[in-house]
Amino acid sequence: MLRSELVARLSNKYTELRPAEVELAVDAILDEVAAALERGDRVELRGFGAFSVRRRDARTGRNPRTGAAVNIRSKNVPFFKAGKDLRSRLNNGLDPEDR
Amino acid sequence: MADKTLTRADIVERLHEVTNLPRQECQMILEDVLETVCAELERDQDVKLAKFGNFVVRKKNQRIGRNPKTGEEASISARRVVTFKPSPVLRNRIETAHQGGGRA
Repeated sequence: MLRSELVARLSNKYTELRPAEVELAVDAILDEVAAALERGDRVELRGFGAFSVRRRDARTGRNPRTGAAVNIRSKNVPFFKAGKDLRSRLNNGLDPEDR
Repeated sequence: MADKTLTRADIVERLHEVTNLPRQECQMILEDVLETVCAELERDQDVKLAKFGNFVVRKKNQRIGRNPKTGEEASISARRVVTFKPSPVLRNRIETAHQGGGRA
């Protein structure tokens, strides 16, 4: 499912809204999550999952083509962990992390 | 750096500001967005949100793992997991915002 398909699907339900308004809403949700991560905040959406920023330490990598060593500086990357309900839904109703 | 946890209420508030729709409707829209994404993942469909990232379902086979604390071997059951692959746009936003001030 693509962003546009998500908007289309919601538009079918929210018939009182113009598709452009639904699109604005979807964009606002995603942008708010992104903005929170930019601030260094966590975003916790019970049942769905949590977004956070994780630090990746600097390391020495290799150019896969030449084999030359290259320094890769530390960086901060967005991270998502699926919530308990979502994990359960993907695994026949049982969260595999419970065992 | 701020160190807050955003929840549904914060996103609903923002949605209300941006769209001017009643808060209750904003809440419904947020739930529907999350539920639609979950339902797609449940039926093994990846969800690709441009400029944000892709949610991908991966199947993991059963394997023998180890409790890192005790060193004990344990069987890890086969499962489906969701991975999030952030888009370059989101990665850049985060990387730019956090430059220098890295934290765990």
